[in-house]
Order: sequence, then C-alpha cells, then structure tokens
Amino acid sequence: MEDLSRFKQTYFDESAELLEVAEAGLLRLTPGEVDSDEVNAIFRAVHSIKGGGGAFGFTELVAFAHEFETVMDGVRNNTVPVTTELVDTLIRANDLLGQMLAYAREGDPAPAGTTDGTVAALRRHLSGGAPQAQAPAPVPSAPAPAPVYADDEDDEAGLFGDAMAAIAAARAEEDPVPPGKLRWTIVFRPRSDLLMSGNEPAFMLRALRRLGDATVECHTDALPTLQNLEAELLHLSWTVTLIADADVDLDKINDVFEFVADDCDIRITAEAPPPVSSGTSPVTDPVPVAAAAPPAVAVATPEAPPKTPGADAPKAEAARPRPNGGGAEHAGLTSHTIRVDLDKIDRLVNMVGEMVITQAMIAEHVRELPPGEFQELLEGLEQLAQHTRELRESVMSIRAQPVSSVFSRMPRLVRECAATTGKEVQLVTSGETTEVDKTVVENLVDPLTHMIRNSIDHGLEGPEERERVGKPRAGTVHLSAQHRSGRIVIEITDNGRGINRPKVLSKAIEKGLVQPGATLSDEEIDNLIFLPGFSTADQVSNLSGRGVGMDVVRRNITSLGGRIGVYSTPGEGSRFVLSLPLTLAVLDGMVISVGEERFVLPLTNIVESLRPKAADLHGLVGKCDVMMARGEYVRLVYLHQLFGIPGAVADPTRALVVLVETEDGARLGLVVDEVLGQQQVVIKSLEANFRRLDGVAAATILGDGRVALILDVAGLREMSRHMDSRAPRPPSSPVAALPAPALEPV
Amino acid sequence: MKKKVLTVDDSRTMRDMVSFTLKGAGYDVVEAADGQQALGVIGANKVDLVITDLNMPVMDGLTLIRRLRATPAHRTLPILMLTTEADEKKKSEGRAVGATGWIVKPFNPEKLISVVQKVCG
Repeated sequence: MEDLSRFKQTYFDESAELLEVAEAGLLRLTPGEVDSDEVNAIFRAVHSIKGGGGAFGFTELVAFAHEFETVMDGVRNNTVPVTTELVDTLIRANDLLGQMLAYAREGDPAPAGTTDGTVAALRRHLSGGAPQAQAPAPVPSAPAPAPVYADDEDDEAGLFGDAMAAIAAARAEEDPVPPGKLRWTIVFRPRSDLLMSGNEPAFMLRALRRLGDATVECHTDALPTLQNLEAELLHLSWTVTLIADADVDLDKINDVFEFVADDCDIRITAEAPPPVSSGTSPVTDPVPVAAAAPPAVAVATPEAPPKTPGADAPKAEAARPRPNGGGAEHAGLTSHTIRVDLDKIDRLVNMVGEMVITQAMIAEHVRELPPGEFQELLEGLEQLAQHTRELRESVMSIRAQPVSSVFSRMPRLVRECAATTGKEVQLVTSGETTEVDKTVVENLVDPLTHMIRNSIDHGLEGPEERERVGKPRAGTVHLSAQHRSGRIVIEITDNGRGINRPKVLSKAIEKGLVQPGATLSDEEIDNLIFLPGFSTADQVSNLSGRGVGMDVVRRNITSLGGRIGVYSTPGEGSRFVLSLPLTLAVLDGMVISVGEERFVLPLTNIVESLRPKAADLHGLVGKCDVMMARGEYVRLVYLHQLFGIPGAVADPTRALVVLVETEDGARLGLVVDEVLGQQQVVIKSLEANFRRLDGVAAATILGDGRVALILDVAGLREMSRHMDSRAPRPPSSPVAALPAPALEPV
Repeated sequence: MKKKVLTVDDSRTMRDMVSFTLKGAGYDVVEAADGQQALGVIGANKVDLVITDLNMPVMDGLTLIRRLRATPAHRTLPILMLTTEADEKKKSEGRAVGATGWIVKPFNPEKLISVVQKVCG
C-alpha cells in the first residue's frame, strides 16, 4: 500500500473540491423540492471521499463517511425524508468530514468521540425514515464498519455454496494430513454463454496453473457439428488436476472462478497425495484423471489455452476477447488539466519577470545605436518585446483563478448569519467567473466574509422593520465581481438601512477619532467605519462585532495593493467597493521623471498627459491648485513637493501634467517634469524589502538598473489632501483666485 | 504488446491509483471520467479491458456496460466494475448487464493486478 501513498495529495485536493460540491448541493437541498441530480452529486462526493480514504487506510474517516453516505443513500432512495433539520445535520456532517480529512492529512487520530454526536444525529434520521436495513448500533461511536472494509479477500470473491459444501468434508478429512502437497480436482463446466460476459476460460486455466502443477483435460463431448457451431458460444468443459502446496486453499482456487461462479458448474475436490507418487516430482508424473470424469478426448498441458484438433479452432478465436493484432495505438484520453506545484509556477513567474527586465535593458542599449542601421536587429527586438508580453500574460493566466471559489462559500455564510440574526436574506452573486491571481483570491475570503456578515448584521433590517418601511421582508445582499481598468472590482451591495451617519459621527467623536465640532462630508463620515477600533453595534453581536472591525478588512485589502470604499444612501442601503490588482507580479507602466528621480505610473490609471495653459490653472485659497481639463476641474498634485525632490520643474505651464484616474473615477493631475516612455515593470514589494510608503505601491528595477518607485494614485490623492489640511502652501505664481465653494475637488 | 486498460472513474484519485498500479505491472492505461467519455475513448482506442466505477455523473457504469455489450465488437470485451461495498445487489445488476467481474474498493495493488490478470491474461 506504500506505493499508493503518493496519491494522498491528489486525494486531499480532490476531497477538498468534493466537500465544496457537497456543501453547495446541501445548501440547495430544500424540503419538498429534492432534485435527484443534486442528491446524486452529494452522494457521489461523499462516496468518493470514502472510497479514496479506504485506499489509504483512514478507517475513522471512512467509518464516518459511511454513516454520512448511508443517510445520503436514503435521501437518494426517498427513504429518508428531506427536512430542514436533516439538511442542518448533513451540513454539520459535511463539516465534520472536512475535519476528519484534516486529521487524516496531518496523520493525527481524531480525538475520541469526535464523530459521536453527528453519527447519532445521522442515525436518528435513518431510523425516522422508512424501514431501513441498517438498525442503528447501540454504541454511537462504533468502530469502522469492518466487514465492508476489511482487507480480506474473502469479501471480494464470489463463492458458490455447493462447491463449498462439497469440499467441507474433504477438507476436514485433510486437516490431519501433514504439510506437503495436495491434489485438487476441479471440474469446470461453464455455461455456453460465458464468453458474453467477457470472461475467458483460458485465463482461468492459466490462473490455476499459477497455483501449482496443473494438468488440464478438455472435454469436447458437447461440441456440435461444424454446421451447427455457434462461434460465440462455449461448448467445452474441463477437468483440471492441480498439485499444489498446502498453502493453496479452497479460497484461492475459488478466487479463480470468482466472476463466473453463477455461470458455470464447478466441482472442486481435494485429496491427500497418493501414497505411491508422493515421493516423486508431480511434474514428471501427473496424477491420472479421476475415473468419474467425462470421457477425455485430449490432454493438454496448461501452457496454452486447451487445444483440441480441428473443431476447437473457431472456439479459440471466439474465446479470445478480441484479436490481439497490431492496430494503431492511439494516445488515450487523459484529463485536460494537470496539477502543478505552486512553487514551480512562481519560479516561472519570477523568471518571466527577470526576462522582462532584461528585455527592457536591451531596449535601452539599442536606443543608443545610430538610427537607420541595425534595422533587422530592431525588428527582432520589437518581436521579442511582443513575445515577452504574451509570455507574461500566459504565465499570469496560469495563476489566475475565478473568484467563484470564494463566492461559493458565501451562501453558507449568509444562511448562518440569517439564522443567527433572525433576518431574511437573499444572496445574489454575479461575475463569479471573473479571474484574478490565486493569491488575491485566497486573501479575499476573510475580508468578504467579514463584509457580508457586516452587511447582514448592521446593514439589513429585520423582516418586521422592513415591512414597516415598505420593503420586501427579505433583504438582498448582492455580491459581484468584474474587471475594470486592469483591476478586479468587487462590490457588496445591500438594500438595508444604510449607514447611520449621526450615529457613526457621534461614536467617532466619543472614541476620539474625530474632533468635536468638525464638519465632515457624508463620504468622510461613511469612511469613518474603516478607522481602527470603530464599532457601531450598541452591543457586540455574535456576528460581526467580534473585535475585528472594518479596519482589519481595509488593512487586508491594502496589503494586497487594493482599496476599499463605501457609498451609502440612508434608507436605501450601502455599497462597499473593493478594487484589487489582477496580478501581483508585473505591470504595464509609464516611466516619468521628476528632478533626478524616476517613477512608474500604472498605465491603467493614466488618462492623458498635457501641458496646461496658464489660463487653465486656478488656485483655491488655503487649499490646492486645480486645473481646468476638458471642462472639468482637476486637483493638481506636485510630485516634487509631495516627495521633497529638488531641482524639479515647479511651474505646470513648463512641466507636464499627467491626468490620472483612480478606480472610483476620481481624477487628478500629477505635475511631472517629463514622460519618458512606456515599459513593463516587475513589481518588487516594498513592504517585503523595506516598509510601506504612502503614495507608493511598490518598487521596480528599470532597464538601466535604477530603482524606481511605482506610484499609487489613490494614495497620492490621500497624501495631497493631508498636505492641504496640515500645511497650506503659498499659492503658486500663475494661479488665479477662484471662489472655493464653486467646485468640488476630487 | 502491452495490453491496454481503460479506467473509468469520476474520482481522479481512483483513476490515478488504478493507472499507477497497472502501469507498474506493465499495462497501458487510458482514462475516462464517466461512461460517456469512456465510449469516446473506446471508439478511438483498442482497449483490452475496461475497469469502471458504477456511480458516475453523465453516464453511470451500468449504462456503460450495457452500451458496450450492445455493440458487437465489445460483446466479449472484459469489463470489471468497481464497487465500494461487497454489495450483492450491485453485483447481480452488473452481471445482468454483462460485466465480467468486480473489484471491491478499496483494493490493494496486488489484488487489482491479480484480478486484471485473471480477466485479460
């Protein structure tokens, strides 16, 4: 069995998927409308987990899975009625099965009694249903159903009663015989249609030969004449005399005929070795056939399927399952997916990253070559760049996974939350197939779990309250995902009461998060819920208020390079918007210069770059500068001020303004010296190598070997706001005054 | 020439184990995840033995056996069915549709090899 242990990983991976399948099915299992396909799928999942578990000897797990499976079988056969209670029990059982798998994976035995309660609950459903064969055992924690799983060949062999009886006496007689050889006589008379089940007598005779020295007689007395011969029917029978060691017992011989027990007449008898020949070798001195046997026409050695002259030929043809000739060997249909160790993919991702850098480096050098020459080299490099980009995308897509693996966990959560809070909740999901990097998917679980709990706990009203305000009793939580400007945007929308702004504000003041008397915009108040230590629930509830707040959610999202925002309308509901990068490794960027420094702007943020006229620029007293761009006022951000870079161009009319857009659609103008060019850059985490910096998403290495920071546009916007409130700058020279309330800076 | 065995199972673990065990014993192994796929594989390959699970999505094992036996070319093709229990009812159902024999899951590698040898030499 050691050989098979290498499949454990596959087994655990597959089982994890099966558990999800089972859970999804169980969550859809509704009393009164049982979909047999669904039930079958659940049954199969549990069944497969059990089957694999048996192969690896996980007896506890198998025993429990068996209980689970038995109930599912009852559901399948309509003997166990589907009730809400049953579904709850089955969901618990599925969870427990997951735990048992975890124990098995770790190689730990499950603590004693782990399954007792659930097994008892499962059995109650069984006994409550229609008459069942399995009477619940009195001991709740029965050991593994041994008879079924015992690694005992007896279970696997079909035994024929009469042969057993015939031999019992003979055996009793032999027992006193001292160890040595035994002689068995086996009369094997198959039914004529034996071949139709794909069984081949020749193989059985060959198998007997493996047990010892066999002499085979073929009886052709039942053979019809050639005209009447049915090639596909069997007309022969055999008598085999087998001289075998004492350890070859009846079971081993019966095992040979395991599959044909009911399709033939078999008589097996055993005798002690004949006194005369006992000393001599049985090979050279085959024991004569018993006189009772039908007339022997031919005696064949067992090397080949028994042969009789002439008439046997058609039979031999038919008996062979299929011609054994050449024929083209086609590659078999195998699975369309392969499992690859994540490390291998990550190495590939890294290598592609390095390749992107190298390619940029070559491009850099080539730029210095005299123009007009080396045309072919340049074309080749252009192609290389193209291929590199495609390679990068392909590699990234290997790591991409649909968010459905996270979304599929949410129905369960919603069900539980609804039960705990007594609210009626309908979960709607969309965009489950949207793909994003595996790491991002995995790290979405906790934030989404928390946010959905939050939406149900704090956002949705109870059914009565909803009816009072004229809403349907059941609240709706909509979870959606989509790709937008090179990122994935996930929204959680509820149609509950919305954020209670006065309450949030007073709480924030009470907690010292906001100065009393401060005036905050609605949006600012809404975003207070992301501050550390903030909780609006009057009493810490069982669900969302467990000391983990939205601040942790925000921290999780930020650490993935994502952002979170909330939009709320009192009485109508709230919408949380998460935006995350699709990949954490490579990015298409625009290299810009400010003074001597180089920065990279993610291409997905950039709208356009322009050189503003003095007339387009306006200053807000005590606040920021704004620029009129395409009929819209846009806040200007001076990067050299933000990062304290000397020697940069300060006057926007002489510098460049790069118009950028954040995921939530807000725009700002970054004042930079120059735009140097577009480039793919490999993201090197700052947090892993240094620490988090405001306004900076990560770092990268440029083609000339210099380190450049990758800018985080939304972070820049935050920073510039803080600069406004902390230290109002003296207005820049070419700026005209503008009345403050007239515009809404982004 | 190597004999070719088709393993039909919706469980990847099971297919992998059957495949690994039999390849180690000198057989060629091809795989299918359900009865429907299996028919496709058999259509494109010369298969000497089919080992099929019974409970599978799309097309179950009994249907697969029935479909194979209805084809003249596969009247005598050895077909082993995998059952998780020593379930007499399943065995007789299998026999009724023309299965050659059965293997009880979980099997140990030696048992599998010996059964395979028994039905396809």
